[in-house]
Amino acid sequence: MQPALSIKNLRKTYDDQFEALKGIDLDVAKGDFFALLGPNGAGKSTTIGIICSLVRKTEGLVTIFGHDIDKDFSAAKQFVGVVPQEFNFNQFEKPLDILVAQAGYYGIKADIARSRAEKYLRQLGLWERRNEISRTLSGGMKRRLMIARALIHEPQLLVLDEPTAGVDIELRRSMWEFLKQINDQGTTIILTTHYLEEAESLCRNIAIIDHGTIVKNTSMKALLKQLDRETFILDVREELSESPKLEGYPVTLVDGHCLEVDVTKGQSINEIFIELNGLNIHVISMRSKANRLEELFFDMVEKNLVDVDGGQDNE
Amino acid sequence: MNNSQKWIAFDTILRREIRRFLRIWPQTLVPPIITIVLYFVIFGQLIGSRIGDMSGLPYIQFVAPGLIMMSVITNSYSNVVSSFFGSKFQRNIEELLVSPTPNWIILLGYVAGGMSRGLGVGLIVTVLSLYFAEFSIHSLPVTIAIVLMTSLMFSLAGLINAIFAVSFDDISIIPTFVLTPLTYLGGVFYSIELLDPFWSNLSMINPVLYMVNAFRYGIIGITDIPIVWAFLIVGLFSTLLFFLALRLLEKGSRLRS
Repeated sequence: MQPALSIKNLRKTYDDQFEALKGIDLDVAKGDFFALLGPNGAGKSTTIGIICSLVRKTEGLVTIFGHDIDKDFSAAKQFVGVVPQEFNFNQFEKPLDILVAQAGYYGIKADIARSRAEKYLRQLGLWERRNEISRTLSGGMKRRLMIARALIHEPQLLVLDEPTAGVDIELRRSMWEFLKQINDQGTTIILTTHYLEEAESLCRNIAIIDHGTIVKNTSMKALLKQLDRETFILDVREELSESPKLEGYPVTLVDGHCLEVDVTKGQSINEIFIELNGLNIHVISMRSKANRLEELFFDMVEKNLVDVDGGQDNE
Repeated sequence: MNNSQKWIAFDTILRREIRRFLRIWPQTLVPPIITIVLYFVIFGQLIGSRIGDMSGLPYIQFVAPGLIMMSVITNSYSNVVSSFFGSKFQRNIEELLVSPTPNWIILLGYVAGGMSRGLGVGLIVTVLSLYFAEFSIHSLPVTIAIVLMTSLMFSLAGLINAIFAVSFDDISIIPTFVLTPLTYLGGVFYSIELLDPFWSNLSMINPVLYMVNAFRYGIIGITDIPIVWAFLIVGLFSTLLFFLALRLLEKGSRLRS
């Protein structure tokens, strides 16, 4: 099946000779919810910039639903909607005007543009503010305005660069729901985020980019399977003065009512409960200490850092 | 994009541009009107009455076409330079750059916006000038053609300035150090017949001189230069500037990294 996005040997060297992308290959399937993760300066925004033609590539081939962004740019651009990291709308214009004008740039007639603008502004909770100067909107509203603007021409591929940065958790979750809904309706979504929990809960496939190269490109399930150790936090009813000894499980006493237990791949959590029960310690709640994806992410980026720097300090 | 979609994109840019300068009318429409009224009062009535005739006409009648042209030039230029640079500065130019709108449509949209303001202000100034000076149109085709071409040329120049500009200082340097001297020395206030041969010949390399004289010819029928030269020069400059601006947009100079 034709991918929504296909990238072959993509390279970008900026004017100051900084090599942001060192020949990446990436395919994103139609209908996918895809995470592109990486530390700051890894090449995520450069990749997105090239996809939406704000950055000129040095070398390589990018096709969107089979349309080459160089040879068939008009058709390719019709398929893409982009939500950039920074606010990039005229802060003196009104949300409704911004959306209708954006539709006009895609050749959409004003009456259709206005009805779509109403649809997306309502869905994103901005309809009541449609005639206010955009500068007066809150940060979260401005982010939602950029999502509405990216959707106004109903693209089949939506690219979001840190869409929930600086957004409070309640709003972030409502935006997740909205994006899931868009994805369920068939829109392919590519997401970059610093909130790894966001990527883990939304995305089916993932690529990790670092120092301009793809260090991992797999499904979220396959990636999480690679996790060989997880730390759980257990809250216990009894007050403990020292950490209990559990055979095969390293345990740390955090405070009198809280334990940290490391569980490696293949071990069973049930055994922990059985052993604690034998010691007359009752668990009242349990949670994972860290986001699982976060642990893997740091492992991979750290490993890549060692590979790139040859294990040398880089000061 | 098909032709109908391209038209919608052009129309959208143009409407947005017109809406912008109407929204900020105290900055865009009022100052040029006040400036021109002051010119008419000071140079036309207070000082002009002591100057006497210029090229056989009352001074106020002589300067009126030049003042109208001056407002067309400055408003065409400043509308495009400030609007396009403002879009770069706020990064909302990216709304257009990510869209399928071809570069030539972006170019024409902004230029049409600049021309709308230039010609709009020119029209207001013309109506105001009728209060101070009497004149009838000597040649309507020459008047319309030269004012349109001049507005086009300076809108294009404003766009190129905005593409290169990286700070707000950069958009005021050209108007202050190039445009204003060229306009003031372009025969708005005097006939080059009054100058020594050296200065008179030097004035001939000033393109604004040709535009002002062609416009003056269109309105009152007198000129210091053959008007065919005016059309050739404005046509040549406009063509060169159009292709330069298009080339810069195609390359994404200072717009795409």
